[in-house]
Amino acid sequence: MVEWTEFERATIQDIFSKMDYESVGHNALTRCLVVYPWTQRYFAKFGNLYNAAAIAGNPLVAAHGAVVLRGLDKAVKNMDNIKAAYAELSVLHSEKLHVDPDNFRLLADCLTIVVAARLGSGFTPDVQAAFQKFLAVVISALTKQYH
Amino acid sequence: MSLTTKDMSVVKALWGKISSKVDEIGAEALGRMLVVYPQTKTYFSHWADLSPGSAQVKKHGKTIMGAVSDAVSKIDDLPSALSQLSELHASKLRVDPANFKILAHNIIVVTAMLFPADFTPEVHVSLDKFLQNLAWCLAERYR
Repeated sequence: MVEWTEFERATIQDIFSKMDYESVGHNALTRCLVVYPWTQRYFAKFGNLYNAAAIAGNPLVAAHGAVVLRGLDKAVKNMDNIKAAYAELSVLHSEKLHVDPDNFRLLADCLTIVVAARLGSGFTPDVQAAFQKFLAVVISALTKQYH
Repeated sequence: MSLTTKDMSVVKALWGKISSKVDEIGAEALGRMLVVYPQTKTYFSHWADLSPGSAQVKKHGKTIMGAVSDAVSKIDDLPSALSQLSELHASKLRVDPANFKILAHNIIVVTAMLFPADFTPEVHVSLDKFLQNLAWCLAERYR
């Protein structure tokens, strides 16, 4: 059972309530596919991923970025039991999508950087700590059903 | 994942843009690392004040980024450029190399915060590779 401080709870709710899921999702996934090109292995059906511009302009990447962020929203709304809330998603990523869990960390780092760039000085060290803790819990829940 | 000529020119160009804030980036990244990854504080038990913005944190952040900037200027031959620092880290400081990745992440976060328009995905990948290569050279003498 994860313990959240009042500050951590408030910070996560605040960040996500003000977030443009489409835009942030698009940017984070684009960044992940450019910075860590091996992650493209999961998106063979997305067509043109040949360079950064192609990735950024690819509508399937944009759409999928939004899907991922909406999935994160589930954790935001169930902070006291992310593990249970993510049980099905974990099975999906393991059994059907066959995603190496290390990739979750890579996408999480890209999301952190996109959010940091948007919040600027508002992304204080304490806010960063709360945000990264939240993502670590999400990653743990998403990895839970792997065997 | 070695540096291409493109990576080297991208990193040099970035440094041209951020050079005025390099000290600030160092201080901020180090301060942030100590908060977000508290296990890193174990290397600084001899400091009185580990809070972001403390004099010691600022000074040491500046020292670190000074070394990183120097490495940028010698980006064509990082192993030689970092040979002495590697010796220092191996024999005296003995910082677990996993922490180089942690600090690199925080340098990237702060750079993104201060230069959001310049820190495109293409610039990000080259900086990430550079810091990874730097870390590798820094650990070269460890064993």
